[in-house]
Amino acid sequence: MRSIIAFILIVLPQLILAQEWEDQQLFNADAPAQPLRIISSTDTSLFAPIIADFVAQNADISVEYLVTGTADIDQIFRANPEAFDLVISSAMDLQLKLANDGLAQRLPDVTHPSWAQWRQSLFAFTSEPAAIVINRQAFAGQAIPRTRQELIEAMRAAPETFRGRVGTYDIRQSGLGYLFATQDARASETYWRLMEVLGALDVRLYCCSGDMIDDLASGDIVVAYNVLGSYATARVESRDRLEIVLPSDFPTTMMRTAMVSIEAPQPSPATAFIRHLIALQSRTDTDVFQLPPLNTQSNDIERATIALEPALMTFLDTLKRRRFLAEWENAVIQK
Amino acid sequence: MTHSLPVSGSLRNRLVVILIGGAAILAFLLFFAVRNYATQVAQQGQDNILGASVASILDAATIRDGEVEIDIPYASFSMLSTPFDDRVFYAIYQDDTFLSGYPELAVADRADRFQTVTFRGEAVRMITAERILIGIDQRTRIRVALAQTQDALSGTLEQISRNAAILGGGFFALAALLSYWATSTTIGQLQRLTDSVTKRGPQDLSPFKKPVPAEMAPLVTSLNSLMGRLDQSLSQSEDFIAEAAHRVRTPLATVRSYAEATLQRVDKKENRQAMRSMVRAIDESSRAAGQLLDHAMITFRADHLEREEIDLVDLVHDLVLRLTPIAEMKDLELRLQSDAPVAYAGDPILIQNAVRNLIDNALKYAPNESAVDIVVTAAPNVQIKVCDSGPGFPSEEVDTLTTRFKRGRNAEGTIGSGLGLTIAIDVAKAHGGDLVLSNRKEGGACAALLLSS
Amino acid sequence: MKFLLVEDNQELANAVSSRMRLDGHVIDHAANLGDATAFVETGDYDLILLDIMLPDGDGRSFLKAHRASDLDTPVIILTARSQVSDRIGSLDLGADDYVTKPFDHAELEARCRAVLRRKAGKAQTVIETGGIIFDPVAGSMSVRGTSVTLRNRELRLLEVLINAPGQIFSKQKLADRLFSYDDDASENAIEVYIGRLRKHLEKSDLRITTLRGLGYRLEYDT
Repeated sequence: MRSIIAFILIVLPQLILAQEWEDQQLFNADAPAQPLRIISSTDTSLFAPIIADFVAQNADISVEYLVTGTADIDQIFRANPEAFDLVISSAMDLQLKLANDGLAQRLPDVTHPSWAQWRQSLFAFTSEPAAIVINRQAFAGQAIPRTRQELIEAMRAAPETFRGRVGTYDIRQSGLGYLFATQDARASETYWRLMEVLGALDVRLYCCSGDMIDDLASGDIVVAYNVLGSYATARVESRDRLEIVLPSDFPTTMMRTAMVSIEAPQPSPATAFIRHLIALQSRTDTDVFQLPPLNTQSNDIERATIALEPALMTFLDTLKRRRFLAEWENAVIQK
Repeated sequence: MTHSLPVSGSLRNRLVVILIGGAAILAFLLFFAVRNYATQVAQQGQDNILGASVASILDAATIRDGEVEIDIPYASFSMLSTPFDDRVFYAIYQDDTFLSGYPELAVADRADRFQTVTFRGEAVRMITAERILIGIDQRTRIRVALAQTQDALSGTLEQISRNAAILGGGFFALAALLSYWATSTTIGQLQRLTDSVTKRGPQDLSPFKKPVPAEMAPLVTSLNSLMGRLDQSLSQSEDFIAEAAHRVRTPLATVRSYAEATLQRVDKKENRQAMRSMVRAIDESSRAAGQLLDHAMITFRADHLEREEIDLVDLVHDLVLRLTPIAEMKDLELRLQSDAPVAYAGDPILIQNAVRNLIDNALKYAPNESAVDIVVTAAPNVQIKVCDSGPGFPSEEVDTLTTRFKRGRNAEGTIGSGLGLTIAIDVAKAHGGDLVLSNRKEGGACAALLLSS
Repeated sequence: MKFLLVEDNQELANAVSSRMRLDGHVIDHAANLGDATAFVETGDYDLILLDIMLPDGDGRSFLKAHRASDLDTPVIILTARSQVSDRIGSLDLGADDYVTKPFDHAELEARCRAVLRRKAGKAQTVIETGGIIFDPVAGSMSVRGTSVTLRNRELRLLEVLINAPGQIFSKQKLADRLFSYDDDASENAIEVYIGRLRKHLEKSDLRITTLRGLGYRLEYDT
């Protein structure tokens, strides 16, 4: 009996942490100390050079990098804030709510412009526009749409070309997808028309950018809406086939944010890592920092960035979210 | 004669304390008033925004197909953005059922009410508002609690407090400066009055005529009236003393005259002895009275010494003339020796009185038909020396005599030659000199009045 | 000599007057300033003895008026005031001397003589008798044309005797006239002065005879 309890006590936390990670990697495994645990939505390939650079400067720190979807991050982290040191996510709304709920440490000593941080606890380190990624072959002989409206028209003009070959986030699963969707919907009614068109064309829904870009690269789909351009750019092998369109009617730019868990086991290396991130993004060393750095002209209308403010929580409201999802389903999933 | 007056506090200090203390209190009041007002304004500002925000949320509540929908406007929370990134919490209830938001945030009992409560370990400002939604056959109450931390408020307050503190401090510094100036000016007036009182001569009892500030006018008026009364009472008492002396001395003179006249007719030895004693007693008492008055006058003049340029030889010469008839009665000769005028700055009345006392003593002790020598010299010391050829001072006392007659000793015991010597010592001391007593080799006493400038 | 005594105290005035008369002076007495002014206008005085406090005014104002009217009769002030304060004022106002009450008659006489001597020339008081010429004011004497120097007390003694020739003066009386009372001069001293005076008068017709048990008397040789 006692041994069973002991077993449970030892294994249970392991079970909780025995999560299905999209990716899981340990950097500088030889370091004696407990690893710095980072839960992130960013692909390891993009973050590996950053972490490598960090451990190169801090040889005694090992880093465990855990990748999962933005919505999962929110759930997993909320359940066990003590299990992670750093949370890095592209879902600004979820991140802001974590901070608002007091799950992020305030780091008063980290200097960062006020528009790129919230409450000295949530720190943005990239500016990444949502893009329409297009397989050029599908638009052979015609102009590549530059706005959502042009995209709608292009798709309406040739529904058979696009049926079943367009993709976007399943906003019910993807936190980032939901953020982009809600911000688009705020900006313009065009979003809903586009969703209706996409719904009519049997749009494929994805949980994650990676899968969507994979399908795009393979040619399974020819248009991906609201995908992160940075991910597409990272796919070196498909660069010449894919066109990354930043819609010129209204842009939606997200900032990737990082925060230190309120119950971080190793708060000071975690803070050091945030500092490192902030420092890296301001350098133009694209070998290490492959993500787009923060827009210094944050007020540029052409690339309006989603503001870090409590309003981000609006669409996270249960009623509001239910209503928005219902509307979205109504438009996209046409039975 | 500088008496130390019992001093109770200081006007300057009191003024400074009152003014600076008042300024400090005012500065504090100002600081707290400004901060308090700013707190209210800032709190009002936050409350207004919270109110607007909660109103916009309630406004978005609808019943659709029998179900409550609240399409919270993006602006509801957006307007709650602050430079300090305050946290926002809310909870929406339908009747008593939690709908969304933060379930731990309890709505208040009464609607439209602002409260400051603690939520998740932080002080938050919370508003509760409600709205009745009326559906087709349904009536439901929506309640929204909206709370916001107060970092921006305290940040603003801190800044305002800092500014208010600077304002208060500045006010205080200015007020302190002003009060220093005001105090100096005010005390300066008193100082000027004091100076003009101090600068006066001892006999100057005339009223002050210089203009003074209105507040000091009563003081100066009373001072003037006091001096007027003093002047009057001084002259009255002078008159009184003169009158009293007259009234006493005239009958004494009469008695003395009769005694003398009687003596001419009385032959019996005992009777003559009695008459002579009587005459002597009268002389003694009138001389003592005169010397006491002189002594008092000399003490006064010595304390307020007023020097004037005089020729000591001239002065002594006058004195010799005056005393010659008395000397002649004893067939005594007064011999004044001096080569040249001896100029000296001193009080002539004091010096004359001192020298007269010395000569009086010499006349008293000199044997009949002898001479009294008076020498006035300028070098090495300014001195007036009076020598007789009488018995001289008792040899064992000659050195201690002057100290015995030091001022302050009871004058009653030293009437006669003693008081005369005391007067001479006082005059010498007042002029920074001394009285030196000695005996002549050939016999006789010498008293030298040494004067220094 | 003719003196004016201005003194409101009748008894003092009487005492002074009787004493002065012993010396052969003529004394008029005024009890107030009004009388005094009247006396001065009518009589020609050799000396004025002036009290300061009088019922109808201050003696000093009288003195001032007296000096203003260009009269140079010497004035001796009789004062009851403090010696120092009054001296200045009185002498400044033109008094020739002053005596503080109560005063020794010998001193008063001495001062009177001193004042008269200073103002000499006006009053001729020379006494010519028995071969001597005697001026008590100037203090000079000559016997048969030969000037003789007299000491003060010898002079006073002669004056007393010469004013009442033939009268017998006891030693006591003479001492009373010659000495002041604070000086304990004995009556025996009188013998010394009598002796000296006899010597001075040897060549004259004046003789001082001793009347055993009674005193001395000035007599003329006949």
